[in-house]
Amino acid sequence: MTRAARLLAILLVAAVVFPWIAGPYALSVATLILYFAYTSQAWNVMMGFAGQLSLGHALYVGIGAYAAGALYYHLGIGPWAGLPLAIAVAALAGVIIGWLAFRFGVAGVYFALLTIAFAEFTRIGFDHMAWTGGPGGMFLPVAERDHIDLLHFRGPPALYYYAMLALTAGALALCARLLDSRAGYYWRAIRDNEDAAQALGVHVFRWKLLAVAISAGMTAISGVFFAFYYNNLFPEQIFSTGRSIEIILGSVIGGVGTLFGPILGAAALTLLSEAVTAALAALGWEVPGAKQVVYGVVLLGVVVFLPHGIWPPLAHRLGIRR
Amino acid sequence: MSFDLVVNVVLAGILTGLVYGLMALGLSVIFGVVRVVNFAHGELMTVAMYAATLLFARFELDPFLAVLPVSIAFFALGYALQAGLINPFITRPEHSQFMLLVAVGLIVINALLMAFGPDARSVQVDYQLESFELGDILVDKARLYAAGLAVLTALALFGFFRVTRTGKAIRACADNHFAAQVVGLNVKRLYALTFGLGAACVAVAGCALTLLVDVTPSLGPQYTLLAFVIVIVGGLGSMLGALVGGVLIGVSEALAGLLISPSAKSMLSFGLLIVVLIVRPQGLFGRKP
Amino acid sequence: MTELLRAHGLAKSFRGLKAVASASFDVAEGEIAALIGPNGAGKTTVFNLIAGVHAPDAGTIHFGGRPIHGLRPDQICAAGIGRTFQLVKPFPTLSVLDNVVVGALRVERTVAGARAAALAVLGRLGLEARAAHPAATLTLSDRRRLEIARALATRPRLLLLDEVMAGLRPTECDQLVEVFRGLHRSEGVTILLIEHVMRAVMALAQRIAVLDRGEVIATGTPGEVVNDPAVLSCYLGEDTEL
Repeated sequence: MTRAARLLAILLVAAVVFPWIAGPYALSVATLILYFAYTSQAWNVMMGFAGQLSLGHALYVGIGAYAAGALYYHLGIGPWAGLPLAIAVAALAGVIIGWLAFRFGVAGVYFALLTIAFAEFTRIGFDHMAWTGGPGGMFLPVAERDHIDLLHFRGPPALYYYAMLALTAGALALCARLLDSRAGYYWRAIRDNEDAAQALGVHVFRWKLLAVAISAGMTAISGVFFAFYYNNLFPEQIFSTGRSIEIILGSVIGGVGTLFGPILGAAALTLLSEAVTAALAALGWEVPGAKQVVYGVVLLGVVVFLPHGIWPPLAHRLGIRR
Repeated sequence: MSFDLVVNVVLAGILTGLVYGLMALGLSVIFGVVRVVNFAHGELMTVAMYAATLLFARFELDPFLAVLPVSIAFFALGYALQAGLINPFITRPEHSQFMLLVAVGLIVINALLMAFGPDARSVQVDYQLESFELGDILVDKARLYAAGLAVLTALALFGFFRVTRTGKAIRACADNHFAAQVVGLNVKRLYALTFGLGAACVAVAGCALTLLVDVTPSLGPQYTLLAFVIVIVGGLGSMLGALVGGVLIGVSEALAGLLISPSAKSMLSFGLLIVVLIVRPQGLFGRKP
Repeated sequence: MTELLRAHGLAKSFRGLKAVASASFDVAEGEIAALIGPNGAGKTTVFNLIAGVHAPDAGTIHFGGRPIHGLRPDQICAAGIGRTFQLVKPFPTLSVLDNVVVGALRVERTVAGARAAALAVLGRLGLEARAAHPAATLTLSDRRRLEIARALATRPRLLLLDEVMAGLRPTECDQLVEVFRGLHRSEGVTILLIEHVMRAVMALAQRIAVLDRGEVIATGTPGEVVNDPAVLSCYLGEDTEL
């Protein structure tokens, strides 16, 4: 796949030099794109690879954010120590949900509803938890933005951009590796036909749990980033179904189960969103809800006309396999 | 906390729950027959609620009277939606179906937001402030009427499915899609009909609910989730289950609001959903999935 | 020959309906055995009991001396039993090769090793030309071969074939029979077929067990079984192709 590798290399170089040529607005948009790309890719592991539809993935973002955030807020412990905790708690949550679901045969639509129920339950729960700030939110202390404090993950916007870039690139590499490994083969077999996979010696239960755990853990990292980038956490926002839907939009538009789909989808969606906002402002139509309507129409269009997402036809044109 | 207070709260919960039940009935019918996860269900109901408030504002039409034009319009809307947009998606993977309806819901709710703004709207009719007294028990007139309408509509729908040929044909589809086709039923048309009926249910429920709550666009997603909780708890495919589930949720939310805190009431519903999905996915009256 | 598979007193009911009443039979190592019987006799249930899809209500199954009744399907595969499905279950989004790789990963440690092994198995079944094609594009006959290839890739000691000949034309059936004969000759794989198509049973089986109403009513060589009055009476009125 030298063609893909070449393309990737070019993109990577462009991405690395981007902060030098871009203004602050463009940089923030780019960071947002990478954020959605990464989170969507993490979700993709569970859905695209293992075929388990999670509609409550915001749960893991929230867990990651609050775990690391609370650690910093209450104990002053920086994000690097918060990270393993966040990943562990989220992975554990995923395993619990997955265990309950798979053990009791909750599949398909019912599984999706289960994930929503857990996310909503947690959202309302956090609304009532005083020590994480309750509905009023948790605000992380922010230091100066112009000097870099790596220990506490504070610094200029470029720092966050590079962090997210590293995460996204890392996720891409991890997923590529996974797809070509035993895990990738077994997951896709499970996704396509569980019974047949089992008859070939695949311990379906364990492998599904693994997919959920990895996906949850990866998503939690996104949450940690969120906490230290935005510095305020509200249960209503971070655990909401709307967020869960945002997470999967990138993959659905780009192409579920593909390697580059989530990134492409996230980029397309974020750029569209910014373009629409700008267009509406220019036309003087800054009505609340207008942007979301455009979102909805685009989503509808993609779902109806490009069911496999925008990446597969594009990949076909470029002559790339995945 | 007096006994009377609890009784009043429970009673209110039952009545509101019956209206929820009608909304869930619409979803149960759609989900049970067409097998599509209608994630725009609550959003559709919100449109009905806005329609009712509009008709009231313009023509001073009582929501109970608005039921007729709104439900007819919604039947047509639901029919068109299924026939035009959703029917081709029956064979697509679940996440595609889901995203289709999420998109529809997103468009609908934000169109409402654009048209009406985020502020709450409501109807003001005289009998909303009146109640029947049975000793120390107070029953809101509006709530009682709304519940009555819900039950009547449910009975009408039940009668339709039991007695009419089309109704039986639809039930056949739900039982065995493939066999229904073999026997010569025009499954696609029946699906559209079913969606139309489900939408009409939702329209009636929406009109009734306008008497009980203020309308904002954010109600859409909330009610979608609520409808799903009720349908799963009550049992997919069971009309009685939808009503009973509605009442159950209505009462539990009312009690939770009283005993714990108003904002925590949904937590109980979601907790219940989790338990039901794991322990008894067929709900109270449904068939084993 | 040593006994490889031994089913004894198997019983299984579904919601009160007795699918298998008391079935006992054995398969010796290295032989090709067939389980036949009229519709509703319980063949598929017995098959699924061996394959681990259901646990028997009563009775035991021993494989190579070890009890395997009640194990999960993936554990059954790990024990050395491979199976095909009556309604073929390919992995539609995976290529033909990748389908077999999933099976090969059972015994190969690396993906590269699995791919090589898978390619070899595809060759044995005449599918190597289709290796890169998506499994969803195969004809029924080729899908059957893919099922078999996948199961073979797990290097089973016993291969369970669930009505592999159903729906095939006589020439396709004969070709598949040759494939099995070849596999049996070169690898010595033990095969247990559930089959309706008598043409294949007569051509392949060394020993046959006849199931009727959940019980084994006769066992023996094809010649013995075909002339057994009990067998003939249970098949009377049924169309059998010979």
